[in-house]
Amino acid sequence: MATASLETRENRRAWGFVTPALLWTVAFFVIPFIVMAAISLATRKGREIVMAWNFDNYIEFFEKAHLLKGLFVSLEITFTVTIISVILAYPLAWIIAERVPQKWQRMALIMAILPFWTSYVVRSYSWLLVLAQNGVINNTLVYLGVISEPLELASTRSATVIGFVHFFVMLLTLTIYANLVQMPPNYRRAAADLGANGFQVFWHVVLPLTLPGIMVGAFLTFVLCIGDYITPQILGGNNELALPQVIMLQLGRRADFPMAATLSIILMVVVTMAYIACARWLKMERT
Amino acid sequence: MISSRFSKLLSWSYLAALYGFIFLPVAVLVLFSFQDGRLPVPPFNGATLKWYGEVFADSRLMSALTNSLMVAIGSATVACVLGFCAAYGLARFVLPASRLQRGLLIAPMTVSYLIIALGLLTTFNWLGVSLSLWTVGIGHVVINLPLCFAIIYASMGDHQKNIERAARDLGAAEWQVMTQVSAPMLMPSILAAFFLSVTFSWDEFIIAFLLSRFDVTLPVEIWSMLRSGLNPKTNAVGSVVFLVSVALLLILELIVFRRTAKK
Repeated sequence: MATASLETRENRRAWGFVTPALLWTVAFFVIPFIVMAAISLATRKGREIVMAWNFDNYIEFFEKAHLLKGLFVSLEITFTVTIISVILAYPLAWIIAERVPQKWQRMALIMAILPFWTSYVVRSYSWLLVLAQNGVINNTLVYLGVISEPLELASTRSATVIGFVHFFVMLLTLTIYANLVQMPPNYRRAAADLGANGFQVFWHVVLPLTLPGIMVGAFLTFVLCIGDYITPQILGGNNELALPQVIMLQLGRRADFPMAATLSIILMVVVTMAYIACARWLKMERT
Repeated sequence: MISSRFSKLLSWSYLAALYGFIFLPVAVLVLFSFQDGRLPVPPFNGATLKWYGEVFADSRLMSALTNSLMVAIGSATVACVLGFCAAYGLARFVLPASRLQRGLLIAPMTVSYLIIALGLLTTFNWLGVSLSLWTVGIGHVVINLPLCFAIIYASMGDHQKNIERAARDLGAAEWQVMTQVSAPMLMPSILAAFFLSVTFSWDEFIIAFLLSRFDVTLPVEIWSMLRSGLNPKTNAVGSVVFLVSVALLLILELIVFRRTAKK
């Protein structure tokens, strides 16, 4: 009896610690999400939002080319960025882990992610400085006489991809490096002793062991890239719109909250699908 | 022999190329913030501090800077306190459905900021709450709470549990254990969570953009400066933001990680 009442008292005390955070999350995350899901089932009549409780917005999304295209543009950009970033980041992480002397590795990593800490908006603007029609690359090339007319570098999909890749190479270098240094050198030695050549050691031993690091980084890249409005807006311009740009367009000019909510839910479904696809590599080890 | 020298050369050139790519935009940004001219692009006409003077004389930018600092420090504090309490409750007591609770607390981390912002915006609209720095702060706590909780929860080990038990046996009340025993022991991770939250909030754009109205934060003000195209003043303010973030990072590195290393 005594222990039972002690446990209830302990329990009540524990709830006191956890409840504020839970309440905050429910009030400002779960409920807004439910409200948004509900609004996505409404329709807009003039400036009024009428609860229709139907899936018209979702049907409209699949019927209207300019909406559906946003999703495809986003998916294409995201996949391109993820693949290029992994390909660029892996050798960098490997060189830092293997070639850079131990005592400089920490410094090398800090340097590699230093621009990470510039403001996100400012970083896209910096790329605009580099890529704009009168930007660094064009001015330099014209000045050197390599080209006579400035190249169209900004306001293209390539500009968006470059801006994204710049950000995510830093992120992936971190996650892959963390994996590489955890790997005991004996594994590779054993494989080499058993007659594997350099490529075979990499392909059958190193790469599979660093796959979790790649997948964690790639998943983060996917989620952050597909949901980002700033980079495509500043660097990609308005020629082709990514899904977040389409969402912001619904909010801005048309004040179409139901459609914006619908598109957000679709964005979330896509991210959830990506999570399910990567889930087996994303297990958190501590908890 | 030749092949190993070649691969070494290849490694170092790759390293140099990628560092060049990583630093190019930042270098351009900072260099042309000193541009003596109206356009922040080559050729470089010579150095001036004029644009920094303009930044610090711009009252809109300065109030945006103050707003950003207030929101960042305020939201990081709330997120840290809530996160610490929740971590303490979940790590030290046996609660029903604790997995579910942890999942719920972490959940906002997996959702795009844009979606969190839109959810809050539709809800605030629906409830008739007017947008202000307070609503921005609420949004920033939502994104930073999972981070604070995860960092602090992960650092709560069993060896601290015994010290806490000892304190309790010696007659300390629960809040005394928490504030005088657990919090000091966990200070490195609490500070890490706090500074990371400050940096994230300081840099966050989309939530601040959608949930603010008249008073805006710095990234939103910079965003509206971008409409005027390339401008050395934007370079200058960008460089200032970069310096502040690097300073925060250095503080984190010096105070927090040094301390952990010593232990």
